Amino acid sequence: MPDPFTIDIPDSEIRDLKQRLAQTRWPSEVTDSGWQYGSNLAYIQELCEYWRTDFDWPAQQARLNQMPQFTTQVSADGVEDYTVHFVLQEGVGPNPFPIIFTHGWPGSFYEVSKVLGPLTDPAAHGGDPADAFTVIAPSLPGFGFSEIPDTGGFGHMRAARMWVSLMSKLGYDRYGAQGGDVGARVSALTAYEEPEHCIGAQINMPNSQPPADHPEEDWNDEERAVMARMRQWQSKEAAYQWIQGTRPQTLSYGLTDSPAGLAAWITEKWRTWSDCDGEIETRFSKDELLTNISIYWFTRTMNSATRYYYERRQHDQANALPGPLETPAGFSVFPKEIFGPPRHWVEAEHNVQQWSVHDRGGHFAAMEEPDLLVGDIRDFFRPLR
Amino acid sequence: MPEPFKINVPDTEIRDLKRRLAQTRWPSEVSDSGWQYGSNLAYMQELCEYWRTSYDWRVQESYLNRIAQFTTQVSADGVEDYTVHYVHQEGVGDNPLPLVFTHGWPGTFYEAIKILGPLTDPAAHGGDPADAFTVVAPSIPGYGFSQIPTSGGFGQKRTALLWGALMEQLGYEKYGAQGGDWGAIVTAQVAYQHPDNCIGAQINMPIGRPPTDKPQEEWTDHEREVAAKAAHWQAQETGYQAIQGTKPQTLAYGLTDSPAGLAAWITEKWRSWSDCDGDIEKRFTKDEILTNISIYWFGQTINSSTRYYYEMRQNQQENFLPGRLETPTGFSIFPKEIITAPRSWCEPGYNITQWSEHDKGGHFAALEEPELLVQDIRDFFRPLR
Repeated sequence: MPDPFTIDIPDSEIRDLKQRLAQTRWPSEVTDSGWQYGSNLAYIQELCEYWRTDFDWPAQQARLNQMPQFTTQVSADGVEDYTVHFVLQEGVGPNPFPIIFTHGWPGSFYEVSKVLGPLTDPAAHGGDPADAFTVIAPSLPGFGFSEIPDTGGFGHMRAARMWVSLMSKLGYDRYGAQGGDVGARVSALTAYEEPEHCIGAQINMPNSQPPADHPEEDWNDEERAVMARMRQWQSKEAAYQWIQGTRPQTLSYGLTDSPAGLAAWITEKWRTWSDCDGEIETRFSKDELLTNISIYWFTRTMNSATRYYYERRQHDQANALPGPLETPAGFSVFPKEIFGPPRHWVEAEHNVQQWSVHDRGGHFAAMEEPDLLVGDIRDFFRPLR
Repeated sequence: MPEPFKINVPDTEIRDLKRRLAQTRWPSEVSDSGWQYGSNLAYMQELCEYWRTSYDWRVQESYLNRIAQFTTQVSADGVEDYTVHYVHQEGVGDNPLPLVFTHGWPGTFYEAIKILGPLTDPAAHGGDPADAFTVVAPSIPGYGFSQIPTSGGFGQKRTALLWGALMEQLGYEKYGAQGGDWGAIVTAQVAYQHPDNCIGAQINMPIGRPPTDKPQEEWTDHEREVAAKAAHWQAQETGYQAIQGTKPQTLAYGLTDSPAGLAAWITEKWRSWSDCDGDIEKRFTKDEILTNISIYWFGQTINSSTRYYYEMRQNQQENFLPGRLETPTGFSIFPKEIITAPRSWCEPGYNITQWSEHDKGGHFAALEEPELLVQDIRDFFRPLR
């Protein structure tokens, strides 16, 4: 049965991190190149100096530990057993509805921190107690404090099967799923795999290809614009997927040995994918950025986290929806999301019950626009509870 | 004016390297996965331990310093001035032909080391003194001990313009060019940009595209085989190109700060691109692998070297040949070469006067099969001298 879990990083690890940061050997940079070639040197130096001197891991750890956390071994058909770490916060209301929240890459269970209060206790956050959720926010195996898969093949589908098994073990017979990024796909697969128990998937990252029976000649202007943006993204921004999808282990040495290397790899994504107009701190404080990065650092999970891209690229069919998802699905659409397919592309493979388009926010909705996302989650599940 | 150059890495740098190696924080690995996910953990640990305890940089440095090296500032129209480091060895014979040898990525001027003797002094290596070359082997700016470009846009064409100016500064009116990998592109550009001076380009890495006027149904079996190999290469082996071509700076932090990170990034390429059947030490000794890696480490050039991919990707118009190269061109074809093309695909772009196919060897011809390459270089230039 679940064991209570408290994060407790040894002082020796914190000292080691600070010592490495103090000894960082910095790369050169093209003069005045900003973020054109990747993570900006001046910013990464500023962030790492803050990490070394001002960032207070024990304080952040105490904040994280305010979220009730557990670990338990989960067994599922066709999947190795893994010890899974998860946040579990009971809802406060007459009939709290369980939802399983899945984080993405390069995020962690920390992504749930801002939506946890409003979801579990709406009355305390200006909402209706009838909208209360009991929130289960696991760390994907290979992320955060969950066990690291040491065999190959652990991808989105196996994660979804584990979630089904975890929810069953926790005694939840009817529940919903929510997520973005990796969590978007895992949420859809959870609903697909267990239609009798998972009664809805609310997703903040629509990611559908054009339907096969809708050739490019028939596209309207919006569709052409969407595809042009996707292709631009593929050519300029998708290299991390390519290297993580083919040679994650080669990349992992530098990112595991060098805190600056890890910080640069993650920070570039939080900046590029958020609605921050290039100013990352308009969306995330240094403490927020570094808490997420520190979770990767202390758990040494960068390698196993990037390996999800490998498993997906090498076994794409096994980790994609096997067919249309008939379970009701809701989509939150944020303007700076990295993909933005039109609704009818998404409808080709989902039973779309909610299509909520916002005028601000990006890829990290739960961190960037928690109120908008919470509103969508409540609205979507209200008729389904 | 050229100044003699000796490599002399300070003791503090060597101590710092060994300390970092001793403190390496290693990633996890999927059990029994070999090199499937990238650089194998056990091998990287073995190599880094050797680097720390058995490898003797001072011995390698003095070995490198037995080769005559110089630096000089080079100015060329349309290119910023750079201080270029180069090997310069006079030929021993009646009429030595000057030859500019260009290394590739992730290599260095060190690639010239095994062919330097036979090319410059054939009589001492069982050859004909009439085949002697005077070899100039520069470090591309951003590699080895040449100056690191601090402005953007420095790519393959500008390198070729610099090489023309360098050869002119050294007083060579008539010369040849040779190279593989980036050296192949630069070599072709040297010949293209300086048709009155560069009398021939000898290249070990054929670059050609399927002709647009020959439909796939008419391809020969060999053409199909090459195309299939290229497609597999593109899908599975080019993650490094994608990331180096779009976000080299993001990658640079871990590779500059962590010697294990740098070693893993480079070693994977030397293994998978050489004709070694997966056993890298069949082709390269640890000392050879680590001398090349140490040049990157001590020069702090991995960032500027990978940036060469960015500049190519962002400005292919400038960096690929603008038209057919009419100067005589020779190709050495090694079976484990990463990018290959049938002769029929290369004919439209080059005036091919040599097409030499070998039954052993890979991408690093000058290090893997120096005798075969030297023979090709002699044969190719003999009628052109």
